[in-house]
Order: sequence, then structure tokens, then C-alpha cells
Amino acid sequence: MTTNDRLRLVRDMVRIRCAEETLADLYRDEQLMRTPTHFSIGQEATAVGVCAATRRTDVVYSAHRSHAPYLAKGGDLHALVAELYGKATGCAGGRGGSVHLVDHAAGFGGSAAILGEMIPVAVGAAWAFAMEGAPRVALTFFGDGASEEGVFHESLNFAALHRLPVVFVCENNQYSIASPLSARQPAGTSIWQRALGYGMAASRIDGNDVFAVHEAARGAVEAARAGHGPHLLELDTYRWREHVGPNWDEDGAYRTHAEVASWMGRCPIRVAADALRAEAPSIDARIDTWRAECAEEVARAVDFARAGAFPDVTDLLSGVYEPQPLAATTGRN
Amino acid sequence: MRKLTYWQAISEATVQCMAEDPAVFVAGEGVDDDKGIYGTTRAAFERFGPTRVIDVPNSENATAGIAVGAAAMGRRPLIVHSRADFLFLAMDALVNLAAKWRYMYGDQGGVPVVTRAVVGRGWGQGATHSQSLQSVFGHFPGLHVAMPASPADAKGLLVQALRAQTPTLLLENRGLYRMAGEVPEEAVAVPFGRGRIARPGTDVTVVAASLMVHEAERAADLLAEQGISVEVVDVRSVRPLDEELICASVARTGRLVVADTSWARYGLAAEVAAVVAENVFDALRRPVRRVTPPDCPAPVSHPLEEAFHPTADRIAAACLEMVDGGPSQVRKLSDVTAGFVGPY
Repeated sequence: MTTNDRLRLVRDMVRIRCAEETLADLYRDEQLMRTPTHFSIGQEATAVGVCAATRRTDVVYSAHRSHAPYLAKGGDLHALVAELYGKATGCAGGRGGSVHLVDHAAGFGGSAAILGEMIPVAVGAAWAFAMEGAPRVALTFFGDGASEEGVFHESLNFAALHRLPVVFVCENNQYSIASPLSARQPAGTSIWQRALGYGMAASRIDGNDVFAVHEAARGAVEAARAGHGPHLLELDTYRWREHVGPNWDEDGAYRTHAEVASWMGRCPIRVAADALRAEAPSIDARIDTWRAECAEEVARAVDFARAGAFPDVTDLLSGVYEPQPLAATTGRN
Repeated sequence: MRKLTYWQAISEATVQCMAEDPAVFVAGEGVDDDKGIYGTTRAAFERFGPTRVIDVPNSENATAGIAVGAAAMGRRPLIVHSRADFLFLAMDALVNLAAKWRYMYGDQGGVPVVTRAVVGRGWGQGATHSQSLQSVFGHFPGLHVAMPASPADAKGLLVQALRAQTPTLLLENRGLYRMAGEVPEEAVAVPFGRGRIARPGTDVTVVAASLMVHEAERAADLLAEQGISVEVVDVRSVRPLDEELICASVARTGRLVVADTSWARYGLAAEVAAVVAENVFDALRRPVRRVTPPDCPAPVSHPLEEAFHPTADRIAAACLEMVDGGPSQVRKLSDVTAGFVGPY
């Protein structure tokens, strides 16, 4: 990787951080984004490191914590913000909200609110690529909680069986809402080692180190593309804000201030900046510049979203089904 | 026109659609084995081989989600369950995702996953191998649910599903598999949402689907001997439901019996009754009657099972109760599953 490539990764993290912090403030203050929203603040390195290893023609699916993977894959920021405001100009026309983002042009295939739901979908997309002989890879982001769903195991088994070009990206942020991993999975076990049990490649990476994530992801994606089968990446990271919503919650109810502070001390942007300072001494000034640029970009996106019209209520029923030729619609739904 | 059995019609539709569209593939547990899901996938496997007729692990949840992903990328999966009851394991992907995909992602395309599921009946199939899930899946906007009663419809509705862009469930009752009927040689689609008058009549309307269409026709034959004229409406698909055909029939006869293979509560029978009450209430000369399984799981023991499944006799009895001055009872018919010899 060149220094410019590394700087690009940092810039992408700053952009997502800036967008999410701004949106969280507006979400809290305005109460106009009426959609349950799961911010990735503090865990930007996973989305950025992984998505930078993909091509536009690769397809990424995510779980409910969706903004960062969407933006990292190149999803349109204006359409994201408009979606949160429930506008017709949103990426899903105001039908989906924060947890149902989509941007086909960018290769973001969709996000979903049900734990583990997009894991088999990515496997199916990869299966389609394999059937066509297309040099494309499917990826799916999910949390540590989803690794407890049966469909996670079913999907890994299927992907390994057919050696499909799919990369499973587990963002292990240590909690399922307020339940710690230790309350949910046996001591001495790990998520990535389960993938080994299915006969696929797997690795565990510091998910707050964007360069390490990127290197691992690049290896996994290119191996999958070359026909070497699936790979699971377990990326250890931490969410700073509450599970859903814009607020802080380090009040001791389920985690301590000290624990949150220790992870904030390992902020992925700061970790990356520290690692780059020797080769790019101006990194801190650059970050300030990027923050200012991104603030302007986000402000424009918010203006776009506010200016957009709500979906027309007369269109409430459109899009449930494909348009029918009149001759085939004598029955009503 | 030449005749095919119900299973042969499904098999022919599958082969023709796969020949017509290289994106179509068949996946399911045992679709490639020598029995080929009661014969329905065998010809496709023999012609197209294991790259397009694909055995899958016992992972109904993942298989449904995988089908969604494949469909999102332009493939046309036809997923087959030899026991419909396993669909409960596939519901998240089919109901939470496939049904909502087009709508919740802003009408930018759907995921046309087609699922065939075979409904058991008789021979002690019991509580978890006899369920017919039309009302479960019929509840959700975004899905199509069909219940073909004839070989021609078994072919035509499958062809329609494999050419359309809507996630679709086809429920096939095992009691129909050996039934023969005229089937067009070409792959002619039968549109969803258009029922048919299986038998015209003037005194009572019996609305039914799948196997119950035949039970209703047997009941109609019996009642005709007594001078009672029964009209049998085969809805073909329960979502969309041909409300116009149902209401027009009830408007003529003034009497409605709904016969279904699944329970009365919140079921197809309840829905048909509601549609009639909302649209042609004034035409009703008698209260609506539902002929369905009693409100218990399907039992195994033969006498209990006979008492459980709705039959032509019970349809006939329900019709008789509605007609003034008719006979109070008619002779008893044999059970439709009499003589069942497998496969089990």
C-alpha cells in the first residue's frame, strides 16, 4: 500500500465519523429522523478496511448497523440522509429507513434488521457469481450476536461445501445490545475458529486497526475471487454509543465508563494517525481538513434531505408487487 | 388433448422453464435422488444434471436466504420441500425478506424465489407432516401463494411463477399427485388471481382450493342426485384471491360453503367468508359455513385421522343444511385417500 492509499483509508473513516456524529446530533435534537438508527461510531475501521478491498462490482450486505458499510462501499451520502428523514429521495424511497439501506450502483446490496438474515443472502449472491463464472465476490457484515443464529452455521457450511466466493465479516463489538459475549458464548471458544471447523479459512484481526483489517480483507477477497473459497474475518472492535439511538450509555448499567474510555483510547482514527505520523507528518492537519470538508459535504446532504418531498401517500401500496399487465389482474390482493 | 398426471405436469413445467431460461435452477433436499421428489424433479435432473438440479444440506433457513441472494443477482431459484411443514424453518428469509424486498428497498426490483412445498395427507402423516400453510403465507403482502387443483394448473401456475418477478409459494397436496387431466403441451402460464368455476351450479357455492376442489366436486355429484345444484369455485391462488369470481358466484346462489385443508381460525375459509360479507352480504340467504379440519393438530391413528380431514361428506352435509326442503342426509362417500399405497 502506498502512503496515499493509507491516507485514503483514514479519510474514509473521518468521513463516516463526521457523518454519523452530525446525524446523531440532529437525530437527538430534531427528532425528525423517525427510524431506529444504529451508529457505527468507534468501529469505522472494519467497514472502511474491508470495503476498500472490494471492487464496485462486488456486492456487500450488512446488518442493522449499516451506515458505515453503506458509505464505505460507496453508497450515496445524500440518499442515505434522505432515507433517514423518510424522504422520497432516500436510497429506498423512504420505505426502508436506517436498517434497510440499498445502493445497487455502488454494490451495496442491502442491509437488514433481523440478526444473521443477510448472511445466507451473501452466500446466494456468491453462488450466483459462481454459477455464472463471474469474477465477483459477495461480502456480508454481521455482529458477534449473529454468530449465535442457526443460519450463520448453515450458511458457513453451504459456502464451504461449494467453495463460494464469499467473505463473512464479523464485527465483534463485544455486546449484543447489553449482553456481553461472555454471557452468550462459552469461555474458551471463538467465532473465527468455528469457521475453521467448517473447513474454511478464517482469521481474527484487530478491528480498530484499519490497515490490518484492509490487508486481511484484501487477501480474503482476492482468494475468494480466485476460486479458493470463503473466508471469515473476525474483527474485534467496540461501539461507543448506545445500541440503537444517538446517545452515550456508559453509565454502568451494562458497561463501565472505564471500559468505554479504554476503547475510545483505541479510536481507529487515532490508531491509524499514530501509525502514519512517521511517513505522513502532516496527518493531524490533514484530518482537520478532511473533517471540515466532510462537515460541508454532510451539511449539503442534510440540506438535500430536508428539501426533499415525503413520499406521496397515494403511493402507499405501490411496489408491493411487480407491475402487472392489466389482463392478469382480475383478482385483487 | 393428451393427459398427464399432476406430478408429470409439474415435471414438464420444470423442464420446459429450465430450457427456456438458463437462469432457472432447482434446489432442495433430495431433488437429485432417484425418486426425485415424487418424480417431479427427476426429468429435470436427467436432462440438466447436478449443476442445475442441486441437492442441498438440511438447512431450510439458509437455503431460503441463499435463494433470495441468488435471485437478487438475477438467478431464478426453484426451491422444493418434500414436506411443507419444514417451511416454518424458512420463514424468516421468505417472509421477513423476500416478501418485503421490493417494497422496503424502494421498488428497485424483486427477488423471484419460487418455492414448491408438498402437503401430506393420510397414512398417519400426523401433526407435523400434514399441514397446509396457505393461510400462514397468504397473510403477507409481497408473496404469491397458489394451490393448484388440476394437472393443467399445476403446470400453468408453476410456469407463471417462474416467469414472474414475485416470490411465490406453490402448495401441492399429495392426494393429487396421481390424478390425471388434460394438460397443454406448451408451457402456457396460468395467471395468479384468476379462479375458475370448476362446476357450475345454482343453489350453493362451494369455494375451495387444491384437494378440496375435488372433494367439493364429489359432494356436488352426490347432491345432484338429490336435485341440489352446487357451484364449485376453485380459487387456484389464495394470494391474490379472485374476489370477483367468488362474490359473483355467491350473488347468484345466495349460499356459501368454504372448504379448506387447513384450520378455520384466521384461515383461507375465514378470509373468503370475510370477502363475501364485505361485498355481497345482502345476497346471503343463509349463514356461511366453513368445512375445515377440527381445531386440533392432525392425529395419526387411522380412525382419528379419518375424523380429522375435511371430506366430501362433510361438504355435502354443510350444503344440505343450507337448502330448504332438501333431504336431511345423503349416502356416505369413501375417503379420497382410500387405497393410498405410498410412496410414504
